[in-house]
Amino acid sequence: MAAAPVPKHMTEGEVGLGLTLLVGALLCGLASARAVDAPFGIHMNLFALAGLAGIAGILKRYEGRPALAPPQEIDGRPNYNLGPVKFASIAAMAWGIAGFLVGCIIAFQLWAPALNLGLEYTGFGRLRPLHTSAVIFAFGGNVLIGTSLYVVQRTCRARLAGDLAPWFVVLGYNLFIVIAGTGYLMGVTQSKEYAEPEWYADLWLTIVWITYLVVFLATLWKRNEPHIFVANWFYLAFIVTIAMLHVVNNLALPVTVFGSKSYPIFAGVQDALIQWWYGHNAVGFFLTAGFLAIMYYFVPKRAERPIYSYRLSIIHFWALIFMYIWAGPHHLHYTALPDWAQTLGMTFSIMLWMPSWGGMINGLMTLSGAWDKLRTDPVLRFMVVSLAFYGMATFEGPMMSIKAVNALSHYTDWTIGHVHSGALGWVAYISFGALYCLVPWLWNRREVYSLKLVEWHFWISTLGIVLYITSMWVAGIMQGLMWRAYNALGFLEYSFVETVEAMQPYYLVRALGGVLFLIGALIMAYNLAMTIAGKTSAASEPLVDTLPGSAGLAPAE
Amino acid sequence: MATAQPGLWKRHEIFEKNSIILLIGALIVVAIGGLVEITPLFYLKSTVEAVEGVRPYTPLELAGRNIYIREGCYLCHSQMVRPMRDEIERYGHFSLAAESMYDHPFQWGSKRTGPDLARVGGKYSDQWHREHLIDPRAVVPASIMPAYGFLDRPLDADAIADDLKANRALGVPYTDEMIALARTDLKAQLDPDGSGAAELQRRYPGATIRDFGGDKTKAAEIDALIAYLQVLGTMVDFKIYEDKKNLR
Repeated sequence: MAAAPVPKHMTEGEVGLGLTLLVGALLCGLASARAVDAPFGIHMNLFALAGLAGIAGILKRYEGRPALAPPQEIDGRPNYNLGPVKFASIAAMAWGIAGFLVGCIIAFQLWAPALNLGLEYTGFGRLRPLHTSAVIFAFGGNVLIGTSLYVVQRTCRARLAGDLAPWFVVLGYNLFIVIAGTGYLMGVTQSKEYAEPEWYADLWLTIVWITYLVVFLATLWKRNEPHIFVANWFYLAFIVTIAMLHVVNNLALPVTVFGSKSYPIFAGVQDALIQWWYGHNAVGFFLTAGFLAIMYYFVPKRAERPIYSYRLSIIHFWALIFMYIWAGPHHLHYTALPDWAQTLGMTFSIMLWMPSWGGMINGLMTLSGAWDKLRTDPVLRFMVVSLAFYGMATFEGPMMSIKAVNALSHYTDWTIGHVHSGALGWVAYISFGALYCLVPWLWNRREVYSLKLVEWHFWISTLGIVLYITSMWVAGIMQGLMWRAYNALGFLEYSFVETVEAMQPYYLVRALGGVLFLIGALIMAYNLAMTIAGKTSAASEPLVDTLPGSAGLAPAE
Repeated sequence: MATAQPGLWKRHEIFEKNSIILLIGALIVVAIGGLVEITPLFYLKSTVEAVEGVRPYTPLELAGRNIYIREGCYLCHSQMVRPMRDEIERYGHFSLAAESMYDHPFQWGSKRTGPDLARVGGKYSDQWHREHLIDPRAVVPASIMPAYGFLDRPLDADAIADDLKANRALGVPYTDEMIALARTDLKAQLDPDGSGAAELQRRYPGATIRDFGGDKTKAAEIDALIAYLQVLGTMVDFKIYEDKKNLR
């Protein structure tokens, strides 16, 4: 520290982003003054406040930071940028609990409708998108963004590209979540499932998402490895495909630029297919490709085994992303969508079984030689069970896409059960596994606070999933059969409301299953909070400064 | 290491060593399915049948439709009757693509926690709908639908002409006259004895004109929502439907 102090200057990025936020905040303030509806005014104020908070954040960071930009390497090892990853990890946990909680509430509402409370903000119709967005985009999205920004650095052996950009991605994405969620409560929705946010939220997400793509790509360009690691193929496909789906499905014309309401540019049958092209590939690329990327990094890492087959990963990568896109029409079987499109969608949905299982096999077989760890390591068990659920859901999905099966299952709670075996069993479990790995790594802890609590989390939530999906299987199939039941005289056996009444006990079992899953997540949050706080339950073990695996992973092997 | 892979496998290196080629490759691969499945729907004439009777929504129906969307009704009610015996007997004629050709966005739904609503229009009286929306269990004891008591508040549709304009920009055939008189038509649909009723009927043939909400003193949200529910599935008269017409 003997050298003369370097004069501190604001970087171009700090000035540029600060000014952009200032202009944005002013425009949003003006828009809120001219808003034609209350939710739009509230949202513009929120955007303006977020812009000002961003400026304050930049100034505060400037005040506290050294004059020089953080070095790319320290002692020949990459100086990883972990701040945004830490934020996303905590956000994922918090949003996860919020999303599971709202899920439990709406599950109980179906059992006891008085729980809708008769208020406009608490009805099922407004809370249901809050639940789906909170778990998919808030919980799942933060897991994906957090892990991708971590994995891309580790596997490229390079510091994340950009200085403020990664923070812009993480904070901007979470601002989108807040705008979307508060919008649903106020009735702001374009009614496209899993794409409910209105035009201005969609525009904001587009900006954030393109920044995300640029940060990810620019980090790949900085890599000190000749090959791009397989997890990054999946992350890249996820990011770029979601961008395509999001932009096309959300094309809409606002009634006025000072109001929240817009009309999608497509109508009727075309709108339906574009929506489910989007909807099914939100499953295929957000909830599958992205989480397969997590699998490709965290499972080998935790099992300390190489990925089972390099060739299988190539085949299943290209086959998966090619075939998934075609599967959307199976959401529209027997509707007014032309038959040829339905059949095409069904055909690809069935074929999709193969690349899906290719991924599952590649993940599961990575454990060969390390199966004993399933007994001793509950974190690895989370990930392996997630692959089992992935395999189950990707068998059930193609089966349900067969028109004859779909004739029974469509519109019933069987679909809800199917979705949750994928969402709880696969997406959430691989996320839990990843977070249990990631949090100790990020905060330099040897292991999570308590593996025993991980065991509790595992068994309680597994019981919850089993209750959830079995009750929905039984209920859904029963419902489908009751709708089509005829009596001996050739009349419909049941009125619709009789089929509703028959669902009640199953709705209760499902809700209780959800509560168990929520309890598991609360245990996890406590466990991770104690890990971050540096507490240790096994006092004998010293805390060692260990970034995971000094060697890193061999790429694409 | 991947570098040791022989033959064809080695060619995959081009994707593994070049992020832009990987990006473009992935983008091409994911674009194909959508292009093949979706684009023909815009030019194959057989996609949307030629039928008589489907007209743009009246301003009141459109306002009601926006409430239907706002409250998330589509999450529990489909609007798509499938061509199966039980569905046709329970709900009516299977749905045609033409019946939703002016629907921005479509409301086919994906779940039937409650019954399909594609042909609910005319099945129940306005009063039934009123009571059912305000307290579903008062008329259907086993119903699990939320109560929508708050819908008796005034309808905020002063700018409904802008909504019609936006729809016209997207291809819904609203005329200049319809847009200019949108607010008048909205009120006129609630007043069958009023001076605007005949004009509304001329602009929107077959529109039902009556006081849907039951309170003559105001235009409430419930008026608009019931007007929308009562028009669902009623525009096409299937008695005069010629299925041969669509053979081409």
